[in-house]
Amino acid sequence: MLNQLTISELTARLAKREASAREATQACLDQINRVDRQIHAFISFDAADALAQADAADKLLASGGGANMPLLGVPIAIKDVLAVKGQPLNCGSKILGNFISPYDATAIQKLKAAGAIIFGRLNMDEFAMGSSTENSAFGVTRNPWDTARIPGGSSGGSAAAVAADECIATLGTDTGGSIRQPAALCGVVGMKPSYGRISRYGLVAFASSLDQIGPFTKNVRDTATLLEVMSGVDHCDSTSMPQPVPRYASNLEGGVKGLKLGLPKEYMIGGLDPEIKQAVDAAVKQLEKLGAEVVEVSLPHTDYAVATYYIIATAEASANLARFDGVRYCARVDGKDPIEMYGKTRGAGFGAEVKRRIILGTYVLSSGYYDAYYLRAQKVRTLIRNDFLKAFEKVDAIVTPTTPTAAFKIGEKSDDPLQMYLSDIFTISCNLAGICGLSLPCGFTQSPKLPIGLQLLGKPFGEETILRIAHTYEQSTDWHKEKAPLA
Amino acid sequence: MAATEIDVKYVAHLARIALSPEEEQKLGAQLENILGYIEKLNQADVSGVEPTAHAFPLVNVTRPDETRPSMSNEDALRNAPAKAGGLFIVPKIVE
Repeated sequence: MLNQLTISELTARLAKREASAREATQACLDQINRVDRQIHAFISFDAADALAQADAADKLLASGGGANMPLLGVPIAIKDVLAVKGQPLNCGSKILGNFISPYDATAIQKLKAAGAIIFGRLNMDEFAMGSSTENSAFGVTRNPWDTARIPGGSSGGSAAAVAADECIATLGTDTGGSIRQPAALCGVVGMKPSYGRISRYGLVAFASSLDQIGPFTKNVRDTATLLEVMSGVDHCDSTSMPQPVPRYASNLEGGVKGLKLGLPKEYMIGGLDPEIKQAVDAAVKQLEKLGAEVVEVSLPHTDYAVATYYIIATAEASANLARFDGVRYCARVDGKDPIEMYGKTRGAGFGAEVKRRIILGTYVLSSGYYDAYYLRAQKVRTLIRNDFLKAFEKVDAIVTPTTPTAAFKIGEKSDDPLQMYLSDIFTISCNLAGICGLSLPCGFTQSPKLPIGLQLLGKPFGEETILRIAHTYEQSTDWHKEKAPLA
Repeated sequence: MAATEIDVKYVAHLARIALSPEEEQKLGAQLENILGYIEKLNQADVSGVEPTAHAFPLVNVTRPDETRPSMSNEDALRNAPAKAGGLFIVPKIVE
């Protein structure tokens, strides 16, 4: 079935005219109609528009056009936080009302230029704040491996849609682990590039110094393909970095012989589920068999990462979400003056987690508290970043579990925000340091059968190395061939 | 950093979010808990450490001062809650 294919498998069939883009798109739409009521990965999608894009792709394919369009005819669905011209943009929130985006994000423009069929609005924690997709104003998304459990978050819809074969690949965003964690919990590949690798223009900002866009795919090769298409400096995002874009998809072979992998001693301790530890240990042994050398490294400030993150990210969020005031957009609630209008619009439109984080962020920036909280957190951020840079002098990549547990039950942690925050422990430092990271499948828990993710962390702009390690490991195992029973 | 009682009402006013009394109370308790956890940052030795605002700070990212195409007035107003004459309409600010 065409919706079950990877990007490279589908583009090969399309090129040989063994299948059409319309057939592939229809297969995805049929799958969505079949399974999405069980997992609710999609908030909405425009079937007619997707098929129209598919027809346009087929015309190009038939005429022999489409040179330099590596994604021609490939249906890709999008997390609801990215601007796609003419499509709704809600960020999983009520506050934006019936907002229709007047422009395309740069990453979307690049995917379109490469021929991709861009459709759908994927469910997410509101404004990317959450680790379970339980904070969406549009309902909960369920894990395709066990629908009583969370898919992870905030990009839960993006991960679930790929795991359920509802489309070929999806886009998500990662501020503290929101791509890597759901990828691990849903058994797919998810990557956060180095900060500045992909333009943030058109990504509704949560924390501007931490946010990055990234792909969810069925294998590492597809991740490399999407990374290559979307990367590059952009004059619309002055935090995007001028580093040249390597041919990521062409540099995957090469193996791991001679590479040094670091195991941070602070990560393999209490709170880590024994089945996850077992799976990660086995994966590390496999990598050693494949020729890598594994050494212990130390990231001594690991214990401060969650606290540091929840000061910096909430502070930045309090500034970024100030724009949702009912003036130029939003479901406005009227007031006798603008101040009252702001208060009522935001009070009615924001969910509980968003309010919690804005209030916390405002507090840590406020007069009298700025030095004690925000400034101190920025200094600890330097220490965390230096831990990684020092470790990368000794090793080429760092290997860790992606999450401390497999997918938990819906509702299990939603009453205790702090417990939810602590589950991000392995992914959060990566964003603070600005380095790149990915998660790929490395096994399952026994009963119930739930995916386990292996995380690879790389140097700033070291995506090639971690992609190569990931591809080598993936190709030596069968984890990536396993499908969720629902799919 | 003192473990203070966060004045939720005051901070909510700074953030321009109207909270119900129940929300204020619940948030207050949750934030006390979170701030209690954050206290651990006091144990870090930050003497002589520079703050990091951005992982890879770029400086002076500029472009030539030339007019370029940008969003049309119509597109910019498309999602306006209230508009007239090419402008956003808001409650009166100045008496």
